Amino acid sequence: MALTKAEMAERLFVDVGLNKREAKEFVDAFFEVVREALERGEQVKLSGFGNFDLRQKNQRPGRNPKTGEEIPISARRVVTFRPGQKLKVRVEAYAGSGE
Amino acid sequence: MTKSELIEALARRQNHLAFGDVELAVKSLLEQMSHALSSGERIEVRGFGSFSLHYRPPRMGRNPKTGATVALPGKYVPHFKPGKEMRERVNHSAGAGEPVA
Repeated sequence: MALTKAEMAERLFVDVGLNKREAKEFVDAFFEVVREALERGEQVKLSGFGNFDLRQKNQRPGRNPKTGEEIPISARRVVTFRPGQKLKVRVEAYAGSGE
Repeated sequence: MTKSELIEALARRQNHLAFGDVELAVKSLLEQMSHALSSGERIEVRGFGSFSLHYRPPRMGRNPKTGATVALPGKYVPHFKPGKEMRERVNHSAGAGEPVA
Protein backbone atom coordinates (compact mmCIF):
# COMPACT_ATOMS: atom_id res chain seq x y z
CA MET A 1 0.00 0.00 0.00
CA ALA A 2 1.29 3.41 -0.94
CA LEU A 3 -0.20 6.90 -1.05
CA THR A 4 -0.53 7.92 -4.73
CA LYS A 5 -1.62 11.03 -6.63
CA ALA A 6 -5.02 9.45 -7.30
CA GLU A 7 -5.71 9.09 -3.56
CA MET A 8 -4.44 12.60 -2.84
CA ALA A 9 -6.84 13.98 -5.47
CA GLU A 10 -9.71 11.96 -4.02
CA ARG A 11 -9.08 13.54 -0.61
CA LEU A 12 -9.00 17.04 -2.11
CA PHE A 13 -12.38 16.23 -3.64
CA VAL A 14 -13.80 15.03 -0.31
CA ASP A 15 -12.10 17.43 2.13
CA VAL A 16 -11.63 20.65 0.15
CA GLY A 17 -14.54 20.29 -2.26
CA LEU A 18 -12.56 20.68 -5.47
CA ASN A 19 -14.24 18.84 -8.34
CA LYS A 20 -12.51 15.71 -9.59
CA ARG A 21 -10.79 17.43 -12.51
CA GLU A 22 -9.63 20.39 -10.37
CA ALA A 23 -8.37 18.01 -7.70
CA LYS A 24 -6.34 15.96 -10.17
CA GLU A 25 -4.90 19.11 -11.78
CA PHE A 26 -4.08 20.56 -8.38
CA VAL A 27 -2.07 17.54 -7.29
CA ASP A 28 -0.11 17.63 -10.56
CA ALA A 29 0.46 21.39 -10.20
CA PHE A 30 1.65 20.99 -6.59
CA PHE A 31 4.44 18.57 -7.50
CA GLU A 32 5.26 20.51 -10.68
CA VAL A 33 5.69 23.84 -8.84
CA VAL A 34 8.02 22.21 -6.29
CA ARG A 35 10.00 20.55 -9.07
CA GLU A 36 10.28 23.83 -11.02
CA ALA A 37 11.67 25.63 -7.97
CA LEU A 38 14.29 22.90 -7.50
CA GLU A 39 15.07 23.03 -11.20
CA ARG A 40 15.80 26.77 -10.83
CA GLY A 41 18.19 25.88 -8.03
CA GLU A 42 15.85 27.09 -5.30
CA GLN A 43 15.52 25.23 -1.99
CA VAL A 44 11.90 24.38 -1.02
CA LYS A 45 10.99 24.70 2.67
CA LEU A 46 7.66 23.22 3.71
CA SER A 47 7.36 23.94 7.41
CA GLY A 48 6.06 21.00 9.42
CA PHE A 49 6.97 18.59 6.63
CA GLY A 50 10.55 19.17 5.57
CA ASN A 51 13.02 20.87 3.24
CA PHE A 52 14.07 19.86 -0.25
CA ASP A 53 17.69 20.94 -0.62
CA LEU A 54 20.05 20.88 -3.58
CA ARG A 55 23.56 19.50 -3.35
CA GLN A 56 26.36 19.77 -5.83
CA LYS A 57 28.27 16.49 -6.16
CA ASN A 58 31.77 16.33 -7.60
CA GLN A 59 32.81 13.70 -10.10
CA ARG A 60 33.82 10.46 -8.38
CA PRO A 61 35.06 7.07 -9.51
CA GLY A 62 32.41 4.45 -10.11
CA ARG A 63 32.19 0.96 -11.46
CA ASN A 64 29.79 -0.91 -13.71
CA PRO A 65 28.50 -3.51 -11.26
CA LYS A 66 27.94 -6.04 -14.06
CA THR A 67 31.26 -5.84 -15.86
CA GLY A 68 33.46 -4.42 -13.09
CA GLU A 69 34.63 -1.80 -15.55
CA GLU A 70 35.66 1.54 -14.00
CA ILE A 71 33.64 4.54 -15.19
CA PRO A 72 33.62 7.99 -13.62
CA ILE A 73 30.30 9.19 -12.15
CA SER A 74 29.99 12.72 -13.54
CA ALA A 75 29.58 15.85 -11.39
CA ARG A 76 25.88 16.48 -10.81
CA ARG A 77 23.29 18.39 -8.85
CA VAL A 78 20.97 16.28 -6.70
CA VAL A 79 17.90 16.83 -4.52
CA THR A 80 17.94 15.76 -0.89
CA PHE A 81 15.08 15.81 1.59
CA ARG A 82 15.52 16.78 5.22
CA PRO A 83 12.41 15.93 7.23
CA GLY A 84 11.23 18.66 9.59
CA GLN A 85 11.13 18.23 13.36
CA LYS A 86 7.37 17.72 13.41
CA LEU A 87 7.45 14.97 10.77
CA LYS A 88 10.44 13.27 12.44
CA VAL A 89 8.63 13.10 15.77
CA ARG A 90 5.45 11.72 14.16
CA VAL A 91 7.38 9.06 12.24
CA GLU A 92 9.49 8.04 15.26
CA ALA A 93 6.28 7.32 17.09
CA TYR A 94 5.47 4.71 14.46
CA ALA A 95 6.31 1.40 16.10
CA GLY A 96 6.34 -0.53 12.85
CA SER A 97 7.00 -4.21 12.61
CA GLY A 98 10.73 -3.86 13.23
CA GLU A 99 13.14 -4.89 10.53
CA MET B 1 10.52 28.74 -1.79
CA THR B 2 8.48 28.60 1.41
CA LYS B 3 5.06 27.07 1.99
CA SER B 4 3.37 30.46 1.60
CA GLU B 5 5.27 31.14 -1.65
CA LEU B 6 4.20 27.71 -2.89
CA ILE B 7 0.58 28.57 -2.07
CA GLU B 8 0.90 31.89 -3.94
CA ALA B 9 2.47 30.21 -6.98
CA LEU B 10 -0.32 27.60 -7.06
CA ALA B 11 -3.00 30.27 -6.67
CA ARG B 12 -1.57 32.15 -9.68
CA ARG B 13 -1.40 28.97 -11.68
CA GLN B 14 -4.85 27.63 -10.77
CA ASN B 15 -6.47 31.07 -10.80
CA HIS B 16 -10.00 29.67 -11.09
CA LEU B 17 -9.69 28.43 -7.49
CA ALA B 18 -10.38 30.58 -4.44
CA PHE B 19 -7.19 31.47 -2.55
CA GLY B 20 -8.57 29.86 0.61
CA ASP B 21 -9.15 26.60 -1.24
CA VAL B 22 -5.55 26.62 -2.50
CA GLU B 23 -4.33 27.10 1.09
CA LEU B 24 -6.56 24.29 2.31
CA ALA B 25 -5.52 22.00 -0.53
CA VAL B 26 -1.78 22.51 0.17
CA LYS B 27 -2.34 21.86 3.87
CA SER B 28 -4.37 18.76 3.01
CA LEU B 29 -1.64 17.38 0.74
CA LEU B 30 1.11 17.91 3.34
CA GLU B 31 -1.06 16.39 6.08
CA GLN B 32 -1.90 13.40 3.87
CA MET B 33 1.79 12.81 3.22
CA SER B 34 2.78 13.22 6.89
CA HIS B 35 -0.05 10.94 7.92
CA ALA B 36 0.91 8.26 5.40
CA LEU B 37 4.54 8.21 6.58
CA SER B 38 3.62 8.21 10.25
CA SER B 39 1.38 5.18 9.59
CA GLY B 40 4.26 3.36 7.95
CA GLU B 41 2.87 3.86 4.45
CA ARG B 42 5.04 4.81 1.44
CA ILE B 43 4.30 7.70 -0.92
CA GLU B 44 4.86 7.24 -4.64
CA VAL B 45 4.67 10.10 -7.11
CA ARG B 46 5.92 9.26 -10.59
CA GLY B 47 8.40 11.79 -11.96
CA PHE B 48 8.77 13.42 -8.53
CA GLY B 49 9.97 10.71 -6.22
CA SER B 50 9.02 8.34 -3.46
CA PHE B 51 9.06 8.64 0.31
CA SER B 52 9.56 5.66 2.56
CA LEU B 53 10.74 4.88 6.07
CA HIS B 54 14.24 3.74 6.89
CA TYR B 55 14.87 1.86 10.11
CA ARG B 56 17.60 3.01 12.48
CA PRO B 57 18.56 0.19 14.86
CA PRO B 58 18.89 0.79 18.61
CA ARG B 59 22.27 2.17 19.69
CA MET B 60 24.12 3.47 22.70
CA GLY B 61 24.29 7.23 22.74
CA ARG B 62 25.71 9.81 25.07
CA ASN B 63 24.24 12.78 26.81
CA PRO B 64 26.53 15.50 25.41
CA LYS B 65 26.26 17.54 28.63
CA THR B 66 26.96 14.88 31.24
CA GLY B 67 28.74 12.28 29.14
CA ALA B 68 26.42 9.60 30.55
CA THR B 69 25.65 6.68 28.25
CA VAL B 70 22.02 6.25 27.29
CA ALA B 71 20.37 3.42 25.36
CA LEU B 72 18.58 4.83 22.32
CA PRO B 73 15.76 2.67 20.97
CA GLY B 74 15.40 1.79 17.28
CA LYS B 75 13.37 4.23 15.24
CA TYR B 76 12.12 5.04 11.76
CA VAL B 77 13.20 8.08 9.76
CA PRO B 78 11.58 9.43 6.57
CA HIS B 79 13.59 8.93 3.39
CA PHE B 80 13.09 10.56 -0.04
CA LYS B 81 14.29 9.06 -3.30
CA PRO B 82 13.99 11.46 -6.24
CA GLY B 83 12.30 10.05 -9.34
CA LYS B 84 13.93 9.86 -12.76
CA GLU B 85 12.36 13.03 -14.17
CA MET B 86 13.24 14.98 -11.00
CA ARG B 87 16.86 13.81 -11.12
CA GLU B 88 17.22 14.68 -14.79
CA ARG B 89 15.57 18.09 -14.64
CA VAL B 90 17.43 19.22 -11.53
CA ASN B 91 20.75 18.08 -12.93
CA HIS B 92 20.33 19.33 -16.50
CA SER B 93 19.32 22.80 -15.38
CA ALA B 94 22.57 22.93 -13.39
CA GLY B 95 24.39 22.85 -16.72
CA ALA B 96 25.83 19.40 -16.13
CA GLY B 97 26.36 16.96 -18.95
CA GLU B 98 24.44 13.76 -19.52
CA PRO B 99 24.33 11.65 -16.36
CA VAL B 100 26.51 8.55 -16.38
CA ALA B 101 25.24 5.41 -14.60
